[in-house]
Amino acid sequence: MKLASALRDAALSALVAFGLFVALIGLHLVPTDSGLILVGRPWALVLIVAAVFVGRLAMLLWLHVRPAGTATPRRLAAGMTRAGRYVAPVFLVLALTLPLYGGRYMLDTGILVLTYVMLGWGLTIVVGLAGLLDLGYVAFYAVGAYSYALLSTTWHLGFWTTLPVAGLLAALWGIMLGFPVLRLRGDYLAIVTLAFGEIIRVVLINWTSLTNGSNGITDIPRPTLFGLKFNASGDPDSFAGFFHLDYSITQRFVFLYYVILALALLTNWVSLRLRRLPLGRAWEALREDEIACRSLGINVTTTKLTAFAIGAMFGGFAGAFFATRQGFISPESFNFMESALVLSIVVLGGLGSQLGVALAALVMIGGTELFRDFAEYRMLIFGLALVVMMVLRPRGLVAGRTPSIALGTRREIAAELVAEGRG
Amino acid sequence: MSTLLRLSGVTAFYGAIQALKGVDLEVNEGEIVTLIGANGAGKSTLMMTICGTPRARHGAIVYDGQDITQLPTYQIMRRGLAQSPEGRRIFPRMTVHENLLMGAHGHASGMVGETIEQVFALFPRLKERQAQRGGTLSGGEQQMLAIGRALMSRPRLLLLDEPSLGLAPLVVRQIFGAIRDLNRSTGLTVLLVEQNAFQALRLAHRGYVLVNGAITMAGGGAELLARPEIRAAYLEGGH
Ligand SMILES: Nc1ncnc2c1ncn2[C@@H]1O[C@H](COP(=O)(O)OP(=O)(O)OP(=O)(O)O)[C@@H](O)[C@H]1O
Ligand SMILES: [Mg+2]
Repeated sequence: MKLASALRDAALSALVAFGLFVALIGLHLVPTDSGLILVGRPWALVLIVAAVFVGRLAMLLWLHVRPAGTATPRRLAAGMTRAGRYVAPVFLVLALTLPLYGGRYMLDTGILVLTYVMLGWGLTIVVGLAGLLDLGYVAFYAVGAYSYALLSTTWHLGFWTTLPVAGLLAALWGIMLGFPVLRLRGDYLAIVTLAFGEIIRVVLINWTSLTNGSNGITDIPRPTLFGLKFNASGDPDSFAGFFHLDYSITQRFVFLYYVILALALLTNWVSLRLRRLPLGRAWEALREDEIACRSLGINVTTTKLTAFAIGAMFGGFAGAFFATRQGFISPESFNFMESALVLSIVVLGGLGSQLGVALAALVMIGGTELFRDFAEYRMLIFGLALVVMMVLRPRGLVAGRTPSIALGTRREIAAELVAEGRG
Repeated sequence: MSTLLRLSGVTAFYGAIQALKGVDLEVNEGEIVTLIGANGAGKSTLMMTICGTPRARHGAIVYDGQDITQLPTYQIMRRGLAQSPEGRRIFPRMTVHENLLMGAHGHASGMVGETIEQVFALFPRLKERQAQRGGTLSGGEQQMLAIGRALMSRPRLLLLDEPSLGLAPLVVRQIFGAIRDLNRSTGLTVLLVEQNAFQALRLAHRGYVLVNGAITMAGGGAELLARPEIRAAYLEGGH
């Protein structure tokens, strides 16, 4: 009965998979001395097609045996939001103590993940709160990175003095982007912001006299701790020398780790504060209904521009950190893939959920680090994860909106109910 | 009675389409004035033009003795006007309480608590549901919320665009009753756009009839109700 139709459906899916992957996976180009040669990979193909067949069959059978109604996802959502209250502190403690149990590789990955957590939280202000779809967020990351790189290499300004400047410059560019797109929404806004991100990158490549073009900027100074450098010199103005420690490169990693952790937590704290202020509430209202905002006397122009500016500022901070961590930057670090990555983190996280963004960054960045050996298939896994997410939890990992002002008991608004609204 | 709002020769356009063709209209302090007209007559446009979007191309809009024709919308709304727009337009994902707070945006925060209590006194239903999401309210509750939200800025002039839209007669009566109470107890001036001409004219002190972007009739509420041409055009079967 049901099994027969499920089998037929699964076979059809396997056929489609075969058609899709016969050339993509089944054939492989190998460079040799005598040029490229084509080798077949029948087993990889068989494996994929079999996986699709089994997966589809399992999904159909599961759908069939599952108790009727939507009770399961709703209970799951409620459970996840309840768990969220305990998950966040646990993660915070884990993050704060990472240098105690993690090695250098863990620290390095942690720094990378936290950079994206910070970018995600910054973009959440623009996309999640204000509802302005920004596909060019990497531009502000680039502005921050180049601001720090140029100011530190030409005028020898330190990281901590330059950090606010980098943030301010990025905010300024945020406003510059904001003005022309004030009247745009949705797709049109996305296209213009996408172009903006690309323009910044192209300018960075071609303005060689300032940016050294695609060769990038090298020897960007490392950050210092109250003037103490992290090097092996043993001088009194180095961290190891001052505290009479043996120098180890881990010290610098631990320091960088805590810097980005602090910056990320600052971003989180500011966005949480803003949400409770009239400005943050106006952003959310703007996302819901712009005409209503106008009729309530909200200055839509400044509200939008501040969202762009503040979101861009945090992107700029993260950029400055990126530059000082890498010691080297080039325009290639700021391509569209970065924007897409940060946006996927925000979307996966559930558009506006702080915890969701952190988890999404952990999964996406930490996950791809984990699957380093499969670097070739990163994008495939990545895309697959997105598709699976959109099917299972279309409103993100931690969907749901906590009211910005609580009356007595705080009630979480379940994601499933949100779907019914006009928003 | 002093004039609170005066429109003279106001025109408004959407691109090449002229939606208002020289409207003259007056609202005196403490009055309820209703504007009735068929679908597409330009009633909502008139309300929006008072608030500055779309901007009046000709003519003048004077509020409280000052010309507000060229002011940006957010400045107009800070002078004591408030609008409950057509279709309610409450924020669906925000709670009732947050929706109300949005109405007080940009106004001194000292009075907010007190004003909320006044709104709750007017619409006790909103108090019961203050933690509920706006989008899950019933139509009538949403309308109460839209009016309550507009009241949060403590306006002198309240612009209401079709508050009875899609509501059961009992709820309409409730909402019209609230408007009447507000007007009597606080002297709030109201400009009310309605399809429900019979009830609106009974509630209002005066009324205007808008046809194709121009005012064709004006007079006292009862007086307009008695006119045969009004009965024929706007009251057919619809009580
Ligand atoms: N944004 C817009 N762009 C173009 N034309 C518009 C726009 N809004 C309204 N119009 C047109 O202006 C005219 C007046 O519309 P308006 O909404 O003011 O009518 P109304 O009297 O409020 O009608 P209803 O009773 O149906 O609400 C209509 O012909 C409408 O099509
Ligand atoms: Mg209308």
